[in-house]
Amino acid sequence: MTDTNTGGQGPTPPVSASDRRAGRNRRLRRIAGTLLSLALTLLGLLLVTFIIGRVMPIDPVLKVVGDRATQAQYDAAYQAMGLDQPLVVQFFRYLTEVVTGDFGRSISTGQPVIEDIKHVFPATLELATLGTLIGVSIGVPLGVIAAARRGGIIDQIARVVALVGYSMPIFWLGLMGLLLFYGILGWVGGPGRQGIIYDGMVPHVTGMILVDSLIAGDWAAFRDAFSHIILPASLLGYFSLAYISRMTRSFMLEQLSAEYITTARVKGLSERAVIWRHAFRNISIPLVTVIALSFGSLLEGSVLTEIIFSWPGLGQYITKTLLAGDMNAVLGGTVVVGTCFIGLNLLSDLLYRVLDPRSK
Amino acid sequence: MSETSITRPQSRREWLLSDAPQTRRQARLGAIYQGWLTFRANKLAMFGLVILILLVFMAIFAPWLSPQSPFAQNLAGRLQPPSAEHWLGTDALGRDILSRLIHGSRITLFIVGTVALIAPIIGLFIGTVAGFAGGWVDQVLMRITDIFLAFPKLILALAFVAALGPSIGNAVLALALTAWPPYARLARAETLTIRHADYIAAARLQGAGPLRLLIRHIWPLCISSLIVRVALDMAGIILSAAGLGFLGLGAQPPMPEWGAMISDGRVYILDHWWVAAMPGLAIFIVSLAFNLLGDGLRDVLDPKGDKE
Amino acid sequence: MKHLLTSRAILLASLLAIAPAAYAETPADTLVVAATIDDIITLDPAQAFEFSGIDVTINLYDRLVDFDPTDLEAGFQPSLAESWEVSEDGMSITFTIREGATFHSGNPVRAEDAAWSFQRVVKLNKTPAFILTQFGFTPENVEEKITFEGNKLTLNLDKPYAQSFVLNCLTAGVASIVDKETVMANAEGEDMGNAWLGTNDAGSGAYTLGNWRANEAVQLAAYEDYWQGAPEMKRVIVRNVAESSAQRLLLEQGDIDVARDLTPTDVDAVREVEGLKIDEEPKGRILYMGLSQKNELLSNPAVIEAMKYLVDYEGISNSFLKGIFVPHQSFLPKGYLGALDENPWTYDVEKAKQILADAGIEGGTVTTKIRDLREYIDVAQALQASMAEAGLTLEIEQMTGAQVLDAYRAREVPIFLGEWGPDYSDPNTNAATFAYNPDNSDEAKATGLLAWRNSYAVPTEMGEATEAATLEQDSEKRAEMYKDIQRQYQEEAPIIPLFIRVANTGLQENVENWTTGGTVTNAMYRSVTKGE
Repeated sequence: MTDTNTGGQGPTPPVSASDRRAGRNRRLRRIAGTLLSLALTLLGLLLVTFIIGRVMPIDPVLKVVGDRATQAQYDAAYQAMGLDQPLVVQFFRYLTEVVTGDFGRSISTGQPVIEDIKHVFPATLELATLGTLIGVSIGVPLGVIAAARRGGIIDQIARVVALVGYSMPIFWLGLMGLLLFYGILGWVGGPGRQGIIYDGMVPHVTGMILVDSLIAGDWAAFRDAFSHIILPASLLGYFSLAYISRMTRSFMLEQLSAEYITTARVKGLSERAVIWRHAFRNISIPLVTVIALSFGSLLEGSVLTEIIFSWPGLGQYITKTLLAGDMNAVLGGTVVVGTCFIGLNLLSDLLYRVLDPRSK
Repeated sequence: MSETSITRPQSRREWLLSDAPQTRRQARLGAIYQGWLTFRANKLAMFGLVILILLVFMAIFAPWLSPQSPFAQNLAGRLQPPSAEHWLGTDALGRDILSRLIHGSRITLFIVGTVALIAPIIGLFIGTVAGFAGGWVDQVLMRITDIFLAFPKLILALAFVAALGPSIGNAVLALALTAWPPYARLARAETLTIRHADYIAAARLQGAGPLRLLIRHIWPLCISSLIVRVALDMAGIILSAAGLGFLGLGAQPPMPEWGAMISDGRVYILDHWWVAAMPGLAIFIVSLAFNLLGDGLRDVLDPKGDKE
Repeated sequence: MKHLLTSRAILLASLLAIAPAAYAETPADTLVVAATIDDIITLDPAQAFEFSGIDVTINLYDRLVDFDPTDLEAGFQPSLAESWEVSEDGMSITFTIREGATFHSGNPVRAEDAAWSFQRVVKLNKTPAFILTQFGFTPENVEEKITFEGNKLTLNLDKPYAQSFVLNCLTAGVASIVDKETVMANAEGEDMGNAWLGTNDAGSGAYTLGNWRANEAVQLAAYEDYWQGAPEMKRVIVRNVAESSAQRLLLEQGDIDVARDLTPTDVDAVREVEGLKIDEEPKGRILYMGLSQKNELLSNPAVIEAMKYLVDYEGISNSFLKGIFVPHQSFLPKGYLGALDENPWTYDVEKAKQILADAGIEGGTVTTKIRDLREYIDVAQALQASMAEAGLTLEIEQMTGAQVLDAYRAREVPIFLGEWGPDYSDPNTNAATFAYNPDNSDEAKATGLLAWRNSYAVPTEMGEATEAATLEQDSEKRAEMYKDIQRQYQEEAPIIPLFIRVANTGLQENVENWTTGGTVTNAMYRSVTKGE
């Protein structure tokens, strides 16, 4: 499910005036505070996930021992997994292991969770990055132009394009796209990250096949991987385009009605310069936040897109493991998503400080 | 419209558009009327509104409107393409898709309506309390909000449904529980900007307690931006609900929930496109209508955006 | 405006430039399979018990006896054991191990490896271990019971079991022979190499494990020194593709050779496509309806009888289950010793109503849990509709497989709809779970038995007959015994077999000798060839 709705809470409030006078101590304290709140959020995230896992009526032991297990085999596995311990003990044991970098073993893949994530996260990252690039490269100009010529034909088109994007069930669009562009036209590669004959041919470096194939200098593999990613990425790109173009338009309208724009126009600056050099520069800050948020929601892995395109990504991984009661995997995945989200928030805060002249 | 407006000598319209309203009520009604005029000028938004009114109409009169029972199976007549007998064709069990869509509008409206009611209220409460109280209350509440925001949303919904058992009611609960954090953030931001306003201080001087301040003075001011947000989120809620239905976690068979219907039709998509396309189209039209409405509402209600 | 056009133009241009030319077919020596393989959790033959997992291990390892992929009907054939002999009292079997077979490490296959492999299964005691332990092996006695000397391996049984029963069990994946030296070199603590074998192979089969990435793909490479000759397909790639429509598109585009999970409509469509074909093969998985005898309504014999007439066998198998299931109303699959080809029930709502009316039953409601698989949900909905005609209300809750299974094992599913697949190729595999339940109390926790899960107290004579059938040396008599048990079962049991699965595999025209293992075993790739 794409969820680009997390936006709108806006950037964190600008740094107050007193900060300008802040000494080194203060800055250190702020960093410590940020880190602490980051750690707390992550801890809370883990705790909630952990509790969910325990109250959920899905028995992880069955996934391990299977349908035919006898009660004795079941009990043995139950103990081996430490499920006979009190919840608190289990949680603390898990935390100690996480701190030492051990996320445990997934019961639905039989692999260490870290290994799984090394495979699924790059797949999602690659898709989300390309999707966001497409969304930004089309959405931002579209939003700016829509605002500059408000009510004009481009504005109307942008509105329709965006609202249609907001309103389309992604799984439906994905299936149709696959049928048209792959099944009928044959323009793009089919489901999966690469053609099956390329499977495992590119050495795993970053896990992102586009990048890895370039590192290996394997142009054919790159072309192949690109032909597979372009359709799902365009699809995700469309959804983030819808969101980004709407937000850009809204920010621009606000700027264009400001006094300094009128002044600039009176001074005889070309319309183009007014729009791009003045108004656009001023919306770059909130825009960065919006883009970061939309990127973040794509990183979460859009389960439905991944299912339809047989994309072995994070969203599918977490869903599948959750439904199998495989809590080590779910916790690991949640930590990744949570960290990304918090990291992106921090990054947009940081950019805010760097870009916003007032906070200097 | 109110009684008083009829007894006045001036026309209702003039009374509403008066520059010098005599009562607070006149001012408020006037503002609403002005908003309505702006809204009405937006053809797309009106289009959305009309569709939604039709949807409500369809939901209310579903049993009379649908040509057949939404549950009547006919294995011999399954996967029929659209025809005079079955306007939108039949599904894998030979059920009339049109009838199922019409009955399904009730479920869709129920989901959207309930989530759109619960989530903003939770968000409003948490956000305003956090913003108004400040200090550690703010810290704690916002940390909790962050945790829920940082959570993979579908996972949270899935987990709730899995924990509580799959049913339409639990799907609604799960969606509401995942949808509130952005509202809380929004409400908190609004609260922060108005909490030091003069009239709040004035009210406080008059002896208003914190609860009264919150309910009488802060909430009303947060509501308009929340409404805009909700209207724009409606489509997202429909799509999320459809996504849950698609994963089999929403309405239970044989309920004609639209997302579940798409899921049913998914396996036939290459040869019997209408089975998935018709509910897909229905979801699309309704989401679009909500989006058009939300877009129009934003123009009317959003105080800062779009003023030229 | 300009800005916008440029970025879009760049995007379009790059799309056109990089879009690959026509899709070539798969390489001639590579078999590319699309299937749902997300159920694999381990590749250790002592532990693997998932359909896709055994599909892999069956190709990596050999067993003492195996099926010939080109002639499954012939039954088990000598494999790593070139011959065997049963002692006169029937209490022990001695196998002679074949000379010249080697493991992938190059080590020769010895009787010692075979003995150790079986002992390992018994000691690890993972889920599939019961296939061997049912002959009286326990972790304590297994070293005395399973012995070797030179190239002879001897199994000492606790009862004089039918020879076919024992040998059929030895064709199961769990009876795979592993390379003792290689495995022990990779053992961690007391695990006898269980962790290492989970992702590696130490077999002597036609294929070696290239790599396995969970939920993504399994790659196999031909073992050139295979004792039956190196297989023709040098590389086998099984890619996880969950959606049938995606599998079909891949097949139509020539990106894959084999599509294993096509839905009925996709099967029909593939049949019509030039250059593709459908391979139809009966499987052993039985779709059945279990009526819990804990449920007051469902434990009424009249209701049990009526339910048999409320399933639209023909309608269902000709519509949404078309081509993937056919009606089958006894618990042994075709191709098994003693299989019964009698389908006594038809869809007859009037008769069901009459039965209910005669017993004075006036309606009732059952709420049940159904696994969220399309086929099961559709069957459940069809049942829901026909039950409604007979005045019975069925409420459906759909859940994940894990949740339903959990409830089922706790005896909490009133009407279970699901499949049972045989664990080995002997009739006892189904008889011992459908028609055997010595202790029906909750405390017995016989969670592995279907009869127990449905709280069905199997009549004592039937249970005894099931046991006796495992000891009958005369195959013909043995077959008759199973037929009798099944007929009695059809008379009274609340567990009602409905349909049996048919594997419909979509293939490129040039793929020959493909098999999913029929009703008795799993997919084997070594016989597959690709013509022009």
